[in-house]
Amino acid sequence: MNTSLPDIPPAAVLSDRPASRAWRRFRRNPSARAGALLVALFCLLALLAPWLAPYGPNQRDGQFQPPSWRHWLGTDSNEYDVLTRVIYGARLSLVAGLVSISLAVVVGAPLGTAAGYFGGRTDALLMRAIDVALAFPSILIAFLVVTAMQPGWAPVVIAVALINVPLIARQVRATVLTTRELDYVTASRALGASHWHVMTRVLAPAVWNPLIVLATLGLGSAILEVAGLSFLGFGGDAADAEWGSLLNEAKNHLRTTLWPAVGPGVAISLTILGFNLLGDVLRDALDPRTSGER
Amino acid sequence: MSLPATSTGPRDAHPAPGDSAAAPLLEVSDLKVHFAARRQRLSGPRRVIRAVDGVSFTVRPGETLGLVGESGCGKSTTARAILNLIRPTSGQVHFAGQRIDHLNARRMLPVRRDLQMIFQDPYASLNPRMTVGSIIAEPMRIFGLHPLRRQQLEVMRLMDLVGLNPRYLNRYPHEFSGGQRQRIGIARALAVNPRLIVCDEPVSALDVSIQAQVINLLMDLQRQLGLAYLFIAHDLSVVRHISDRVGVMYLGRLVELADADALFRSPRHPYTQALLSAAPLPDPVAQRARQRIVLRGEVPSPDRSYPGCPFADRCPIVEDACRQQVPTLGGGPHPAACIKAPEL
Repeated sequence: MNTSLPDIPPAAVLSDRPASRAWRRFRRNPSARAGALLVALFCLLALLAPWLAPYGPNQRDGQFQPPSWRHWLGTDSNEYDVLTRVIYGARLSLVAGLVSISLAVVVGAPLGTAAGYFGGRTDALLMRAIDVALAFPSILIAFLVVTAMQPGWAPVVIAVALINVPLIARQVRATVLTTRELDYVTASRALGASHWHVMTRVLAPAVWNPLIVLATLGLGSAILEVAGLSFLGFGGDAADAEWGSLLNEAKNHLRTTLWPAVGPGVAISLTILGFNLLGDVLRDALDPRTSGER
Repeated sequence: MSLPATSTGPRDAHPAPGDSAAAPLLEVSDLKVHFAARRQRLSGPRRVIRAVDGVSFTVRPGETLGLVGESGCGKSTTARAILNLIRPTSGQVHFAGQRIDHLNARRMLPVRRDLQMIFQDPYASLNPRMTVGSIIAEPMRIFGLHPLRRQQLEVMRLMDLVGLNPRYLNRYPHEFSGGQRQRIGIARALAVNPRLIVCDEPVSALDVSIQAQVINLLMDLQRQLGLAYLFIAHDLSVVRHISDRVGVMYLGRLVELADADALFRSPRHPYTQALLSAAPLPDPVAQRARQRIVLRGEVPSPDRSYPGCPFADRCPIVEDACRQQVPTLGGGPHPAACIKAPEL
């Protein structure tokens, strides 16, 4: 009867995988292309900064020059070329945003999963703690972290991560709460799956998609928060090129010259726009309920 | 169909179904599952929903016990309490001689190899993000049954056993029809070679033509593998077809329990009689000649607290004595929980 069965190579069987379906939908969406393009552009700038930037990051060439062929975006109060500083700034801003949102996911996702899955007292305890965290203005949390530690980029990243932990934990918990009630989770438990197995193998894939969306959208705001904190002067060395600290420096001379602020301002806006477009489209593409091809 | 001699196949000799001398495989005694409901007012009394209120029955190796009743009568809750997915309020569940209702997850694990479940909704009970192959292999992974390479062969063998093309191993559940999905669920339950499968309305969500196929598959598997079923349904004709014995539930209680033939030929409880008279007969002459017993009113809420027979308000033959105390199921080959049962 089934002597021939083992000969079938499983990979030869064509299958409509959810991932390929999502990719097809994603590729056809114009907003997705715009978002991906913006994000890719800034990632390339960051990666290839030494080759793309017209000057060295700390090369001085006269103060407050308006845009010209020599300096496309002018020069700032420290005599740096603004375009060069913006290109180098992409490195610090993107990495700081990425690291802080990753930290927030690593801490927040397990918290939210545990709270949603176990429910009852565990849920009450974790969620009240998170409510308390949310009740503090995020800027206050940032102040506390930054003043408690040595000034530098590490406390800024940790502060931004802490701000985002409650948001991620809540979203994950909400997803787990709705997924937990489905029969296939009960089925796994009836089969004898441990809590760990259910959380990591059964619930995690359901949490994964909304988490990607949330992290992408959160990445935009994390970059803004990092920039905000360094704009307020909590960042590391002012000699490091970073969009927030560039704006901070520019604001001191805003009455006399506008140019140094334009470059980093536009860079921050475009990056956030890119991540938001990407996040919105990912949300639609990854949702199995919106099955229509667009 | 000749099966290769692998792990599936009866692990021990199963006695013939209905052999009353055999020790019961599953024994449920006075099972109660009560839920605390929200108070209606802040100072109001705490209401208790008696979803299952003192149910006792046994399932012998290799037999099928059907459990019928209307929606909300506690059938599914009974199933979930037996499988230790809900903690019972009181009562005991014994499986193969071992008491299992109080076991923690770790000590319940070996029991689950022998005690599996099939679910009602074939769309919700399969993880949409897993391939059919990994769904069927999941219990093997949990129990560490076969080496990885062997698992795939086992999955293909099981798919073939339940009538699915093993080529579809790497497809996702949404690519299958309802009946095929239910076969996937059955294959998953069979993956650990259980002795008893609790079937929670396994065909209620399917088209009638598909229902028959799945029922026949379940009966074939029972013959081949010596399985016992606790078969829950609200459709009497389905239960009659597959069951050796049938229990009728009403409001969390078992009101009648008998061999399937006896129950359908001569029901003793007025609720069973009403249920049977509502089921259409295939013979139009008999259908026209028959007198239907139409029940009055709705199923009362299971948080009722007045004394007497729970069926009294809707019973066509109710009398004053019925409202004094709750009738017990009693013993014998065909017990019925009705004080008038002896005369019926």
